[in-house]
Amino acid sequence: MSGIYGECREALSVNDYPALSALREEAIRSFEESGFPTTKLEAWKNTSLKESFSTEYKVVVQPETGVDVQKVFLCNIPHLDTAIMGQLNSWYVSKDVPLMKLGNGIIMGSLAEALKQYPELVEAHLGKYAGSNGDAFTSLNTAFIMDGVFIYVPDDVKSPKPVQIINVIHSNENLFLQSRNLVVLGKNSRLSLVHCDDSYNQQASFSNIVTEIHLGENAFMDHYKLQNLNNSSTLISSSYFELETAAKLESHYISLNGGLLRNNLRLRFNGPHGVASVYGIYLMDRKQHIDNQVFIDHASPDCTSSELFKGILDEHSSGVFNGHVLVRRDAQRTNAYQSNRNILLTETAKVNSKPFLEIYNDDVKCSHGSTTGQLDQDAMYYLRQRGIGEDSARMLLMYAYADEVISKIDIEPLRYRIEDMAKKRLQGELQICEACVLHCNTPEHPVEFVIDMSKI
Amino acid sequence: MLLSIKNLHASINGKEILKGIDLDVDHGEVHAIMGPNGTGKSTLASVIAGREVFDVTAGEIMYKDKNLLKLAVEERAREGIFLGFQYPVEIPGVSITNFMRTAVNEGRKYKGLDPLSGGAFLRLMEEKKKLVELTSNLANRSVNEGFSGGEKKKNEIFQMAMLEPELAILDETDSGLDIDALRVVANGVNKLRTRENAFVIITHYQRLLDYIVPDFVHVLFEGRIVKSGTRELALELEEKGYDWIRKEQEG
Repeated sequence: MSGIYGECREALSVNDYPALSALREEAIRSFEESGFPTTKLEAWKNTSLKESFSTEYKVVVQPETGVDVQKVFLCNIPHLDTAIMGQLNSWYVSKDVPLMKLGNGIIMGSLAEALKQYPELVEAHLGKYAGSNGDAFTSLNTAFIMDGVFIYVPDDVKSPKPVQIINVIHSNENLFLQSRNLVVLGKNSRLSLVHCDDSYNQQASFSNIVTEIHLGENAFMDHYKLQNLNNSSTLISSSYFELETAAKLESHYISLNGGLLRNNLRLRFNGPHGVASVYGIYLMDRKQHIDNQVFIDHASPDCTSSELFKGILDEHSSGVFNGHVLVRRDAQRTNAYQSNRNILLTETAKVNSKPFLEIYNDDVKCSHGSTTGQLDQDAMYYLRQRGIGEDSARMLLMYAYADEVISKIDIEPLRYRIEDMAKKRLQGELQICEACVLHCNTPEHPVEFVIDMSKI
Repeated sequence: MLLSIKNLHASINGKEILKGIDLDVDHGEVHAIMGPNGTGKSTLASVIAGREVFDVTAGEIMYKDKNLLKLAVEERAREGIFLGFQYPVEIPGVSITNFMRTAVNEGRKYKGLDPLSGGAFLRLMEEKKKLVELTSNLANRSVNEGFSGGEKKKNEIFQMAMLEPELAILDETDSGLDIDALRVVANGVNKLRTRENAFVIITHYQRLLDYIVPDFVHVLFEGRIVKSGTRELALELEEKGYDWIRKEQEG
């Protein structure tokens, strides 16, 4: 990777402000020192990238050309009116302008374009939240910052409709993709963000996505990660959240499909009275692997964080949950709750769950828990005694289990859609749909009426 | 004969609980099975329902002239066997409506009938809810989750009303009920009683039998039915206590 970086350095940094070029250099040095992580590292003990790296990838450093954007971004969620931002092979694609400034001051579009038009705004945040932990993938991503999504919501502005990022991988080659997103919410602002990662076909891919999200004082963000990739895809998705005083975050990680998915969520309370709720649901089968790494840094007093991650693992799939809550010495009156629950449907499915609290302060309320088990046999018997067949009974119970997380989705049409997708997923009906990033079964085909003139 | 049990032996984890049960139940009959705790009353109910943790080691159960022991739990249910649980299971996330709709429609499918439409199903729910004085908001909640003891038992009777079984076994439905809930439950059963169905009521106390008048009363003791009679037997038991049976058996 360093070789490729050397070759592209000039092209990559053509729009850089001086500090960004320095940031790249520092990041590539950091990556060179560590290299790609192996299972010898504690944080990667249970997630091996060996198989992912047995494929050769083409490293993407330029946007795709000649693709019919209209054709790729075909679908929408019924009754959900969103501002859609498309990414094709990690590059921002637009129907009209690459970066829009709306009447209310919201700026949204391509990060590469934002670097040109609003360098000060970008500089104030880019690289400020990600990277402090020395994560190799984040360093690599920082060195290669090219494009991705940029969203800026000014102070006191509430985004009238949810923003949806649809990141599609569409290629006939095996791609190594790096996308970088930056989302900045000003004081008292509000944004709902739906972030979808999808693949268009069955081609292998490796994505390294880094998203930095800054919530200003008293800002509120409703955040959804929806992952539905093919079985040959590897996704390392790192999100870094920084919450200022009284900011509030609700984040939902919905992992429906993917070869290897690793969600790296790191959150820091940079001011008091912040509230963060993080929910996760993962439904895995075949040889799929899901890894959720959640680190919450209570660096300020009077903040509350809660985590609930639930998974159903079938066949030979495997899962990892590492929850780490750090309560620093000055973070008095911290509330922190952590829970990870798993259902293993087969003897070959496995999970490694490690909820972990690190507390340097007496005045806290913290709890953590982890359970792994099978479906409740008493409930199965009860349902079957009412005449419900074994398969339907299992489906009802699995769905009910997942629903505890899905029901937390506040945007109603999105919740219905996810409910529907989860049901299909549990019944083994959810496929990587060929032409539709959101896998609705009714893409908008042109309808032709053949009129029999003789009958008129 | 609707149900005919002959010399039934059943055990759990190698421990024999039922040691030779004989029982015949016909259409239109209500049988009460009484007896001290731990003598196998609930085991008998579970074995009829088909709970897999019990091993039937000898004997037979014929139901509508079929070998019941060959049928899976859900098949027995679709054939018209209903078990009112002593401890109804809480199922978070599954609404009563969704649960019952699935159950009713799977039962209809088994009988070769089309599923009920949403409207028809809801009308049926409304009708049956009234029967057991089940409040509307209860029906929208998850199955038994956070229900009081009385609500759970009412919910069992409601489900029975929805599924209209031929043979209903009520396992200590009266335990933990206050007098008002007991009356509601008993009224539900009495309204559902017809010549075409039958009830087996398992109870520790005679109290419930003041409301649901049985045709036959059996006393189960240490895995066997040791005494059978009519309603008067229940009254005699109430008066003399189970020690009377114990002494008779040991003496």
